[in-house]
Amino acid sequence: MTISEKQTTVIVGGGHAAGALMTILLQKKYQHEVVLVGEEPHPPYQRPPLSKNYLAGEVDQASLYLKPRVVYEKAGQQLRLGVRVEQIDRDNKTIRLSDQSTLKYDQLVLATGSHVRRLRAPGSDLQGIHYLHDITDTDALREKLVPGKRLVIVGGGYIGLEVAASATKKGVNVTVLEAADRLMQRVTGPEMSAFFYAKHRGAGVDVRLNTAVTGFEAGDQGRVAGVTLADGGTVPADVVLVSIGVIPETALAEAAGLPCDDGIVVDEFARTGDPDILAIGDCTHHRNLFFEKMQRLESVANAVDQARTAAATLMGEEKPYDSAPWFWSNQYDVRLQMVGLSQNSDQRVLRGSAEDKEFAVFYLREGSVIAVDAVNLPVAFMVGKQLVQHRKSVCAKALSDPRTDLKSLV
Amino acid sequence: MGKITFIEHDNTEHVTEFEAGTTLMQIAVDNAVPGIDGDCGGECACGTCHMIVADEWFGKTGSIGDAEEQMLSMTPERAQTSRLGCQVRTTEAMDGMTVHLPEFQM
Repeated sequence: MTISEKQTTVIVGGGHAAGALMTILLQKKYQHEVVLVGEEPHPPYQRPPLSKNYLAGEVDQASLYLKPRVVYEKAGQQLRLGVRVEQIDRDNKTIRLSDQSTLKYDQLVLATGSHVRRLRAPGSDLQGIHYLHDITDTDALREKLVPGKRLVIVGGGYIGLEVAASATKKGVNVTVLEAADRLMQRVTGPEMSAFFYAKHRGAGVDVRLNTAVTGFEAGDQGRVAGVTLADGGTVPADVVLVSIGVIPETALAEAAGLPCDDGIVVDEFARTGDPDILAIGDCTHHRNLFFEKMQRLESVANAVDQARTAAATLMGEEKPYDSAPWFWSNQYDVRLQMVGLSQNSDQRVLRGSAEDKEFAVFYLREGSVIAVDAVNLPVAFMVGKQLVQHRKSVCAKALSDPRTDLKSLV
Repeated sequence: MGKITFIEHDNTEHVTEFEAGTTLMQIAVDNAVPGIDGDCGGECACGTCHMIVADEWFGKTGSIGDAEEQMLSMTPERAQTSRLGCQVRTTEAMDGMTVHLPEFQM
């Protein structure tokens, strides 16, 4: 290849998917120019620690970065940080940036991620109501987590519960308000919900299920003083965190006329409706060969796996996205590792017991393992990864029998 | 500052420079060693940074924790000197170490 044939690949977004794609392209010795345009001032970083040890003050900001900024530059990859992409001009294959410059692309990869779902209710613009999605949000919340303060968390999903655990560690009095009748309802089964409910209650968190929020009460100087509930009650608060999920960031893609439907629509090769534009990570609604349907996933594993798929597509290889999703969460001394999606199971098999603090739930559908949630039992997660990926049929009795060596089931 | 050599399954060598205190996983990611993407960021949560330390260096890599052992026990190419790269924090004593990579990660 001569210099004049050198093309430019622009990655829009500076999250985990974008960062992983940068690294994978380097590993594969991709010959084209690569430029990442990110709105945050940071190089791509790990978001999972934000609600966990970063919020608890146990790790510093630099340790969140996937790699130090200088490592990209040394490898000849460009990071344009602190600048937003305003518009994609597909006809001229250029993007317009917030600093009024334009950038030409030959291939564009959208890794725009997601933004937090906002709670619109009376008082929702009061001071002291926080959301948690990036480093800036986390720094702002961390400052408020002072021993003895009252933190009320709206939403009992991963983020809400991880923050509850981190804040409790710091001596904050925490209340969690969950509208559903169990915690983490969207992502796990009832046994796991019950286990985490007991865990948080045991740590002193006031967890309230079936509790819908109607708004916020004002205190002095426009600051929030409480959260009002559908039953007429109020929970007093010094600080509030609203953690009720995320929405895929599709505005740029939509404005450019790319097909979007609860995410940027891509095929199993990460291709959008435009042959020169790919999309990866949280922002996509993608065709997933593992599930044999369109799927949207909010996870690091999805970000990295789709980055691998996109890297292959950019290099003219066809490697469809077909991996089983996996997730993890740390709360107190609990390491939860999950693989697959459990919602459509018709049978749940418990191995071990919650009292032992080491157990797993296997989710079966028509006799095949479709998901595993493992608590402090990494071997069950690793075995689960293989069982789920290959949709193995396994005898429920063997799964629950402690005398069965899990490894023998793979 | 010292050197660690990563050797891919197809014998491709990557000689890297490292600062003591960095994990083997991070060194591999920083140097774009193929196959090591450090998916979970070093939480010992994903099992995708399996490495096989050269025998003579294994003793310098510290002890294997319970979670790491459980994760390693299911990796198909497990060897006597297998480690998860994210769980090995480098020291000055590792200058010159050789680490082999398996053909596949989990």
